[in-house]
Amino acid sequence: MSAAEASRLDHGDNAGGLQTLKDGLKVSPELARGWWLTGLLALTMTGGRIVVPIAVQQTIDKGLSGAGGPDMSYVAWMCLICALGVILTAGASYLTTVRLAVNSEHGLATMRIKAFRHVHDLPVLTQSTERRGALVSRVTSDVDTVSQFLQFGGFIFLVSIGQMVLATVVMFFYSWQLALVVLACFIPLFASLKYLQRAMSKAYGVVRAKVGEMLSAIAEPVVGAQVVRSYAIEQRTQDRIDASIEDYRHTATRAQALTGVTFSIGGLAAGLANAGVLTVGVLLGIDKQATLGELLAFMFLVALFSDPVQIATQVLTDAQSAFAGWRRVLGVIATPADVADPGEDGVKQARGPVTVEFDDVDFAYPEGELVLRDVDVRIEPHRRVAVVGETGSGKTTFAKLLTRLMDPTSGAVRLDGVDAREISFESLRERVVMVPQDGYLFDASLAENVRFGRPEVTDAELVTAFESLGLTDWLESLPDGLQSPVGQRGESLSAGERQLVALVRANIADPDLLVLDEATSAVDPGTEVRVNAALERLMSGRTSVTIAHRLSTAEAADEVLVFDEGEIVERGPHAELVNAGGVYTRLHDSWIAQRSAL
Amino acid sequence: MLRVAIWEEPGVFALSVLAAMLYGAMTVAGGWALGWSTDHLIRPSFERGDTTGGTIAALISLFMGIAILNAIGVVGRRLGAGVMQFRLQATYRRRVTRQYLKLPLEWHHQHSTGMLLSNANADVESTWFVIAPLPMAIGVIAMLVFATIAMFAADVWLALVGCLVFPLVFVANVIFQRYLQPLATRAQQLRADVSEVAHESFDGALVVKTLGREAAETERFRTPTYALRDANIAVNKARGMFDPVIDGLPRLGVLAVLLVGVGRVRSGGADAGDVVQVAFLFTLIGFPIRALGWVLGELPRSVVGWDRVQRVLTAEGGTEYGEARLTSTKAARLQVAGVRFGYLPERDVLAGVDFTIEPGRTVAVVGPTGAGKSTMTTLLTRLVDPEQGAVKIDGIDLRDLARDELAGSVALVAQTAFLFDDTIRGNITLGGDYSDDDVWDALRIAQGDGFVKALGDGLDTKVGERGTTLSGGQRQRIALARALVRRPRLLILDDATSAVDPQVEARILAGLRSAVQEDSGAATTVLVIAYRKATISLADEVLFLDEGRIQAHGTHTELQASTAAYRDLVDAYEKDAERRQEEAELDEEEVSA
Repeated sequence: MSAAEASRLDHGDNAGGLQTLKDGLKVSPELARGWWLTGLLALTMTGGRIVVPIAVQQTIDKGLSGAGGPDMSYVAWMCLICALGVILTAGASYLTTVRLAVNSEHGLATMRIKAFRHVHDLPVLTQSTERRGALVSRVTSDVDTVSQFLQFGGFIFLVSIGQMVLATVVMFFYSWQLALVVLACFIPLFASLKYLQRAMSKAYGVVRAKVGEMLSAIAEPVVGAQVVRSYAIEQRTQDRIDASIEDYRHTATRAQALTGVTFSIGGLAAGLANAGVLTVGVLLGIDKQATLGELLAFMFLVALFSDPVQIATQVLTDAQSAFAGWRRVLGVIATPADVADPGEDGVKQARGPVTVEFDDVDFAYPEGELVLRDVDVRIEPHRRVAVVGETGSGKTTFAKLLTRLMDPTSGAVRLDGVDAREISFESLRERVVMVPQDGYLFDASLAENVRFGRPEVTDAELVTAFESLGLTDWLESLPDGLQSPVGQRGESLSAGERQLVALVRANIADPDLLVLDEATSAVDPGTEVRVNAALERLMSGRTSVTIAHRLSTAEAADEVLVFDEGEIVERGPHAELVNAGGVYTRLHDSWIAQRSAL
Repeated sequence: MLRVAIWEEPGVFALSVLAAMLYGAMTVAGGWALGWSTDHLIRPSFERGDTTGGTIAALISLFMGIAILNAIGVVGRRLGAGVMQFRLQATYRRRVTRQYLKLPLEWHHQHSTGMLLSNANADVESTWFVIAPLPMAIGVIAMLVFATIAMFAADVWLALVGCLVFPLVFVANVIFQRYLQPLATRAQQLRADVSEVAHESFDGALVVKTLGREAAETERFRTPTYALRDANIAVNKARGMFDPVIDGLPRLGVLAVLLVGVGRVRSGGADAGDVVQVAFLFTLIGFPIRALGWVLGELPRSVVGWDRVQRVLTAEGGTEYGEARLTSTKAARLQVAGVRFGYLPERDVLAGVDFTIEPGRTVAVVGPTGAGKSTMTTLLTRLVDPEQGAVKIDGIDLRDLARDELAGSVALVAQTAFLFDDTIRGNITLGGDYSDDDVWDALRIAQGDGFVKALGDGLDTKVGERGTTLSGGQRQRIALARALVRRPRLLILDDATSAVDPQVEARILAGLRSAVQEDSGAATTVLVIAYRKATISLADEVLFLDEGRIQAHGTHTELQASTAAYRDLVDAYEKDAERRQEEAELDEEEVSA
């Protein structure tokens, strides 16, 4: 299933850079806010960098070598103007940075929140626990990568390009011959840049993969400490770790060497350009086609030109991973939510006893086989229904269709005759509540957890809700009562107590149809009695459907639906089915065998 | 810490420092070369209107030579720093993980998983991260020294301008790093907050969805997201403020040099070449000085990482082993005599536990939550040692056994099955020498042969990190097969089938029972922590554990008769079901009547 699910998440891998930019702007319009002013400021900022070479040229040609010896006042004035230029540049630089940061951070925050909201609508989230980690990184590290790139690389990239273009223009202005010499010296670098950058991003790709392997190996003696110890496989574990550490070191060093070489090539090109400019410049100077000041200014311009080239390779690699991250986040946002809320147009149903119909329902995961086939069943109001079957028989899928966590591939699920797809989420969630096997608790107080579905409920009403399920004594036994912290994932409570919280939570939500996925894990017998008593009270007066793992639940139900290989093979009360000699009889026998083995 | 780094990798360090100094010297030489050639090669040529081949050759060889030496310096410096940094990282990761394998389980319990993982990874990395730019920093310092000498050699007044500008850039840098550090730390913290909310919200997706709380969760996520956004903007504002200052200072310096330079040239104290040289130096040195600032900025982070790594490396503890061997091939005899144990001082989990299990017996341990059942399994497998009393196998104290000896006889299957990122086969054999037939046999008893056969590559299927491609029940069955393939003489099951369907569990227990009996008349002693009646039914005898002591020991029937607390516990569990069945039967009778 997870492979099929994975293929459904739109990674947007095929989108080009421009398309990503377009999609990105659609999601975060803040990015483009006042772009012309930012652009203008950026231009001013880069323009200011040209001041120093010009000052050098002017000083040499007019200040020092001018007719009548060094001209102090001219140089003083010029230096003053240039100093103002430098300060203006600094101001423009500050404004550019801040504007870029404010726009990009606002845009990214918007994107992060949109992605977060959308992930909650993706069926993959509730269907495949393994993929949750990947979804978390879409709204965390992937966005952070883009943000960090925009902070460092993106800014540098912008400035670098401007600086190179400007330097080139000024060089041509001073001397087209020398400008050509400089460009010629950098041609080999430009030619190899693409290759080097590709090699670098490949090398760093390998490094990232090796980091992953190493982390996984290092986690073994930490997470699996008990197994490693009790099976005495310390040596084997250490060997695996050592190998992965060594692997990582090797690839990281190689990537580092590649970076070093790339950087040095930029320096070499600059050296070549310097030598070329001076040589050609001297020849031109002899012909009076260039002044000494111009020639020396060129040296400063070459430095201005070559600095960005040297960092460009690094920035390009960062840009690549930032764009990849951006595409992944946009991909999540672009993935259609299969289960869509009809919203305002949706039917708002009146509360009250509910009739559920499954009308010829088939269900298959995308590109998978049918997991439910021809399910046709009607559940009358106030009935207590148990759903039984072996693992993989389709009983959990049945519950997910009932609560509209998924939609049928064909056929329809109806509540009081209305297709569930046409009922607004708000109305549907009010009427139908599912108590999952593992009632997930948030790291907050007990009160906050039970009023999760309806935050407006008062403490007094909460106490009543505990009381109506017969849990007052349990609530009083807790040190801080309603304010007791439940810990991360509710780990301060036992598994049974977590189930109790889930039941109170459902009681507060007060649904017309209660769907219960019975827990399979063992619970301390004392708590188990409490859970069962609370369940009994919760179900009374309501229509309920329970995915049953225990015989007792099936026995207590008005009706049992027996699933086998995606079909309902038997239905009826326990008493009728138990001796019918079918699937239910088999299940029942195995239950009895366990219980009466003593 | 830096001393440790140099001590551990002296050769590489020396090499990279040499390369960095070469780089520093060549950068300064670049400035000098321009000044010198202006005066001696270029200007004469311009004035004469003629040049010689010698001049051209000198220019090319001078600048190319400097560029090549500089490039060698850059490569050597980066490579040296990289080699050193990654070697140190590897060395310390090896040391840290060796500690993890050596330190007792109690130590592991006292530290969170997340922290131990970050000790071995992020902390080691940040400790030695400072190494990468270290040779560069030394190169920069050398560069500054060379530059100062070169400037003074050119002209004292121009040098004084330099002496004003360089320290200013440096100080601005230090102030910037100081100012930035807390802002960056805060952003880092907020990134963790954002991640925490996302993790929690996605983990609880089913609850969020079924109660229709998506919008409220989005609001909850908005708070840290906006805080992070604002923190990032604050970092950028700081950078936006300081960057132009650090960038602009050398530029203003160049202008000052030009101004002072013209005056000096007029008074005859310096010539044009000197001015050009010093101005060019300013241009070249601006960037390296900023790099030095980055190193200083990394230092505090490095120190924190180093402290955290040291805490692991200096942790005391480890398990001592004796010399004794276990020679028997028959089922083991287990004795627990007067065992007392507690995780916290003055809070005993087990206090005075005494019992003996004869070879070949299957014993269920029953007790309420928190009675100390799981703690007992860790004592029996010597994951911890008792504070008082002794655990003996075949009459030998576990502490007297040679290393790895116990693992050859005793296998523990814990409640949460841990799988390695390996194949199914690798997870079952754990590198031991077992044939495929042995592995399949073990899987058959564990009821895992069916699903393993259905997997694409059978035993060679990779299970992914921590076995994420398998369900909880499948993982438990693999873990069970891992124990069974070893044909242990003592098998300890700590609620090892909690995540499998009751029907499947029944088959596992039945298979286990027949396997245990088949094996040449009980070659295995089994101790099982039982939470279900079906599990208790597997046992020949029952140990009732409560409040850290064995309260009763006998058959299920005996205990039901003798011990009220036991009766209540087991009965409470089934009472509900029985009541319902009775009702159902009554209904049936009524119907038939």
